[in-house]
Amino acid sequence: MIRTPLRPLARILRAREKGENPDVIEAENLAQRHAVIQDAARGRAQGRLTIMAMAFVVAFGAVGVRMGTLAAAQPTEPSAMASSAAIISQRADITDRHGRVLATNLLTHSLYAHPRQMVDPEGAAKKLAAIFPDLSLERLQKDFSGKRSFVWIKKKISPEQMQAVHDIGEPGLLFGPREMRLYPNGRIASHILGGSTFGKEDVASAEVIGVAGVEKAFDRWLRDPGNDGAPLTLSLDLSAQAAMEEVLANGMKVMNAKGATGILMEVKTGEIVAMASLPDFDPNDRPRPLLKGDPSDSPLFNRAVQGQYELGSTFKIFPVAQAIDLKLVSPTTMINANAPMKIGKYLINEFRGHNYGTLSVTDIIVKSSNVGTVRVAQLLGPERQKDLLEKLGFFEPTPIEMSEGPTGKPLVPKRWPAVTSATVAFGHGLAASPLHLATAYATVANGGKRVTPTLIHDRTRREGEQVLSPSAAHTAVQLLRQVVIRGSGRSANVEGYEVAGKTGTADKPRPTGGYYGNKVVSTFASTFPASDPQYVLVLSLDEPSAIGAGGESRTAGATSAPVAAEVIRRVAPLLGLRPQVEKPLPMIERPLDDELKLVSN
Amino acid sequence: MRSVLYLLTTLAVMGMAFWAYRENYATQAALQEMTHVQREIGTLREDLGVLRAEWSYLNRPDRLRELVNLNFEKLKLVPFTSDQFVEVGQVAFPRPAAPVVSATGTDAMPIERPAGFPPMRPQERMP
Repeated sequence: MIRTPLRPLARILRAREKGENPDVIEAENLAQRHAVIQDAARGRAQGRLTIMAMAFVVAFGAVGVRMGTLAAAQPTEPSAMASSAAIISQRADITDRHGRVLATNLLTHSLYAHPRQMVDPEGAAKKLAAIFPDLSLERLQKDFSGKRSFVWIKKKISPEQMQAVHDIGEPGLLFGPREMRLYPNGRIASHILGGSTFGKEDVASAEVIGVAGVEKAFDRWLRDPGNDGAPLTLSLDLSAQAAMEEVLANGMKVMNAKGATGILMEVKTGEIVAMASLPDFDPNDRPRPLLKGDPSDSPLFNRAVQGQYELGSTFKIFPVAQAIDLKLVSPTTMINANAPMKIGKYLINEFRGHNYGTLSVTDIIVKSSNVGTVRVAQLLGPERQKDLLEKLGFFEPTPIEMSEGPTGKPLVPKRWPAVTSATVAFGHGLAASPLHLATAYATVANGGKRVTPTLIHDRTRREGEQVLSPSAAHTAVQLLRQVVIRGSGRSANVEGYEVAGKTGTADKPRPTGGYYGNKVVSTFASTFPASDPQYVLVLSLDEPSAIGAGGESRTAGATSAPVAAEVIRRVAPLLGLRPQVEKPLPMIERPLDDELKLVSN
Repeated sequence: MRSVLYLLTTLAVMGMAFWAYRENYATQAALQEMTHVQREIGTLREDLGVLRAEWSYLNRPDRLRELVNLNFEKLKLVPFTSDQFVEVGQVAFPRPAAPVVSATGTDAMPIERPAGFPPMRPQERMP
C-alpha cells in the first residue's frame, strides 16, 4: 500500500505560491487517513458483533427450545433415575377376566452356604436339619466338611425359617433374594395355568420360567419388560371356574367316574369361561410327570385339551345340520332307520338292539338313531362330510394358547371308505378332544360362523367364516333343544335356561384293539339358552356308572347330563345370565260400567 | 456513572451465580429425594404385591366355601340361583325415612339396615 504523505511538497509549494494555508492540506490528508482506519475498525467490530450475536442467538435459542419442549412434553422424572422403580417383578401377573389374581410373584429368600467361611459346620448342619426336616443331616455334614466352597441348601424359604436360620448365627449361611411364583387359588384352573420353575439360578436372582399351560405359552410375553407390568388377562371367570370344578368333583364322586372334564365357552367370542379337568394338581407344588404307564392317568393330563376320545352320538348333529343346510332333508323328512343296517361286511346297530323303523329327522336326533344318522350321512357323501368336519376344526389341533394345545391332535382315519364315513357320522372312529367338540358346537350355536377357542380376554379377532347357513344352524339348535325336552337329555333340563344339547356314550377302545364292554366315555354337549345361544358347555365323564332305580347305567343321559344340568344351574346365574321366564299374562281391564264389550276379529 | 454500572453488573453476576449455586444444590437434593421416594415406591409396590397375593389367597374359593359352611348357622348363605333374579318392577320402593327424632339417646347412629334384616343380595346393588 502506498502511504500518501501528509504534506505533499508539490501541493504545498503550489499553495504557498497562491498564498493559501498549507496546513489545510495536511488536515485534509489526515482526515482521509483517519477515515480509512475507521472503516477498517468498523468492519472488524461488525464481524465481532455478528459472531457475538450468533453466539447469543444460539445460546438463547437452545434455552428457548429446551423450555418449549419442557413445557410441551409430558412431565416425567429425569430418565437417569427412573430405572430403579420400573423393574419391580420380572414376571407379570395372570388374572381372570375380572382382574382377580390367578398367579402372582412373592419375594422370598433362598439359602446357600459357604462352608469354608463356617465357624461350626457340625453344629450348623444339626441346627439346619432341625429347622428343615426334609434335609438329611448326613448329607449336610458331608457337604459342609468337604472341599466344596459353595452349597445350595434351599431354593425357597419362608420368613419364619429365615429368622430361624438367622438365629443360628453362622456366618457361612447366606441368603439370596428369590422371586417365587404363587398360585393363590391352589388347585383351581391348575391345568390352564400349568406351573413354573426356576431357570438359570444365581445368588442374587433366579429366572422364573413357565413349564406348562398358559405360563409356558406366554413365557416370552410374561417376561417382557416392555409390557410395563401389565397383567395377562385370561378369559376365565374365577367364580364360574370354582363352581364348575366343585360340581364336577361331586359329579365324579356320585357317578364313580375315573376322570371328568368340563368346558364352558362363550359362543360369540370363543372365550373359555371355565375349563376343568379332574383329577387335578396344585400348581404351587407341581407333581412330576409319570415316566411309565399311561400318561392320561397322571393328574397333569389335561383331558379337555389333550384327551382323544371318540365322542359318540354328540357328533350326530353335524351330518344332520349339513344335510339341512344343503336342503337334502328338512326336520320333518321321514328316513328309513330299520336296524340293523349292513354296510359291506359291517352291521350298524342301534343302542341296546332297538329298531326304530321309519323316523323323522328330528326324531333321529331325539332318539339318537345310529342307522338314521348313517342314512343322512350317505345322502351327503364322504367328501362333503369330511369337508364340514375339517371346517369345524376336527382335523387339526385346537389353536388354544396353551403349551399342551398342539399335542391334542385328533385321531382322524386316513382313508375314508363307506364304513368309516358311517361310523364317523355317529362319532366313532374319529377321536378328538372335548375342546374340539365345544368349538364345533359353538360354531353351530353361533349361527354357523366359525368360532376359534381362546383363553385371552377381549382380544380383537377376525369374524369367522360361515360354515353353515344361519337358518340351518338355528334349526340344528332347535333339534338339540328337542333332545333335552323329550329325548335322551331330559335330565339336563334346567328351568329357565332352555338347554339344548346332545348326549353321547362311546365305548372306550382297548389299547390292544377292540372296545371294552363295560367302560365308556359319556359326554354331554350343550348350548344355552336355545333361543339366543350364549354359552356352550361340554361335559365328559370317564368310565362313569350311575346306580339308579333301574340298576347300573352308563349312558350319558344318566351320568353326564345330570352333572351338566347342575353345572348350568350353578354357573349360569354367576355369569349374570337371566332365566327366561314365561311370557307375562296379558292384562285384562276391568269391564266397563255400561256392560259394553269391545270385540275385534 | 460508568463505574456505578460496572458495580451493578458485577453485583448482578454475583447474585446470579449465588442463585445458580443454590439452585444446583436444590436440584441435587430433589433428585436425591426422588431416588428415595422411588425406592420407597418400589418397596410399597412390593408390599402391595404381597398384600394382593394375600388377599387373593384369603379369598380363594375353597376357603370361602369352607367359611360359608362353618358359619351356615349365622349367615345361611346358599349358592346363587336363578330364582334370585327379579324384575325391577318387583323390587319394593324403600320406605320413606322416618322423621329424625332429635333424640338424646345413644343409639342415634345411622345404620344401613336394621338388625336381623337379611344381608344385601347381589342384585340389590345393581342400579
